[in-house]
Amino acid sequence: MNTKPALSADSTIEFRDVSFHINDIPARVIVSGISLRIPHGESLVLLGRSGSGKTTLLRLINGILLPTKGEIRVQGRATSEWDSIRLRRGIGYVIQDAGLFPHFTVEENVALVPTLEKWDAARTAERVEEMLQLVGLDPREYARRHPRELSGGERQRVGVARALAADPPILLMDEPFGALDPVTRAELQREFSALARRLGKTIVFVTHDLREALLLASRIVLLEAGRIVASAPPQEFLALDHPEVRAFTASLGVGPGALA
Amino acid sequence: MNLSSNLQASNWTFLAEHRAEILGATLDHLTLVVIAMLIAVMIAVPLGMFIVQRPALRTIALGIASIFQTIPSLALFGFLIPIPFIGGIGKRTAIVALVLYALLPILRNTYVGLTGIDPAVLEAAEAMGMTRAQILFRVRFPLALAVILAGIRTATIITIGIATIAAAIGAGGLGTFIFRGVALVNDSLILAGAIPAALLALFADFFLGLLERRLKVS
Repeated sequence: MNTKPALSADSTIEFRDVSFHINDIPARVIVSGISLRIPHGESLVLLGRSGSGKTTLLRLINGILLPTKGEIRVQGRATSEWDSIRLRRGIGYVIQDAGLFPHFTVEENVALVPTLEKWDAARTAERVEEMLQLVGLDPREYARRHPRELSGGERQRVGVARALAADPPILLMDEPFGALDPVTRAELQREFSALARRLGKTIVFVTHDLREALLLASRIVLLEAGRIVASAPPQEFLALDHPEVRAFTASLGVGPGALA
Repeated sequence: MNLSSNLQASNWTFLAEHRAEILGATLDHLTLVVIAMLIAVMIAVPLGMFIVQRPALRTIALGIASIFQTIPSLALFGFLIPIPFIGGIGKRTAIVALVLYALLPILRNTYVGLTGIDPAVLEAAEAMGMTRAQILFRVRFPLALAVILAGIRTATIITIGIATIAAAIGAGGLGTFIFRGVALVNDSLILAGAIPAALLALFADFFLGLLERRLKVS
């Protein structure tokens, strides 16, 4: 039985002059010249328009993509040197449509990584219950339901529980609340923000919503056309003098003062 | 009017009098179909799983399977007869031909089912650290099962139909009555083969459809 998470708790992610191209003719540059250090426990929000390369950066972290140039070091080791399965089991992943397995119950979905890691049944069951409570779902009511019997918000909660089940030190989130109605979204954002502070995990969160970034980030990194154009804590971010930052603050529809 | 009802009555009498033979031929027919389908499923489902992530092989495999399906059935029987080992007159040749016919619907549906999975589900599976094999057997396959079964259902119905023609090469089954009936211009004899064959196809369609709906994951 493997009781240790795949990564040790001291997890840092580091991009070293990373570029990623797609080998079409002509080659398409998705991200380039990315250098970025994410220390343990940081909640980093990657902000940018659609197609700015945010999701690509996430996929470079868990080794679904490998860089064309440069390297990404997770915990001091380049993703190209990691056994990709080991690497991914130590990184939680939450996506927009939750991506729950429709043929699994809620319980089975949450137990995914513990099952893959061959935890014993009692420990897995205990962990599933703990995780469901953590995301505000009563295990007695939800454990045996199928994803189709859940609302969008509940599905996303299960997605978060599944990502946290094996207690990974790193959590990647790709617009997890993007498809929810505004009320549910605000609810989940608030709850997740509190949860994230309690968990102390290294979180990389992708969004195109500045409001969400301001709420969740300890640092916001702004991407434009595959490059980092700004990087600052939320308080300072709004004051930055960069056209893309101004474009995003304008998208809030209110002056920066109204948010403070 | 009177004549036709007489005719019908005599048909029913004929069927009732020969029910033992008809039942025997139906069982023969069913045996042909079941053996052919078992072999076809054992070939096409693993092959479909194998070609999922191999686009070059997929084109070849689906291409070959479509060629068999395009050849008229009687012609396919004809082609097979002179081939040593698998050919000749009788059940074996018929089963080979039926298998070749059944391959395409099963292969195509296996492939379509395995590749038609919600991309978010596959993305999550990969990102959570499932291996390719785990994704194939624990995610793709169970989610594709209803679609695969739909292919098996189509193939079964085609096979029941084509198996009637297999009587032409001495494979037995319900086609024997039909061919003999046509040769002797005997309606009762034709119906003795046609009615059970049609019922067989309808029952197969109904029960496999039922199973398919139970396996469907929404």
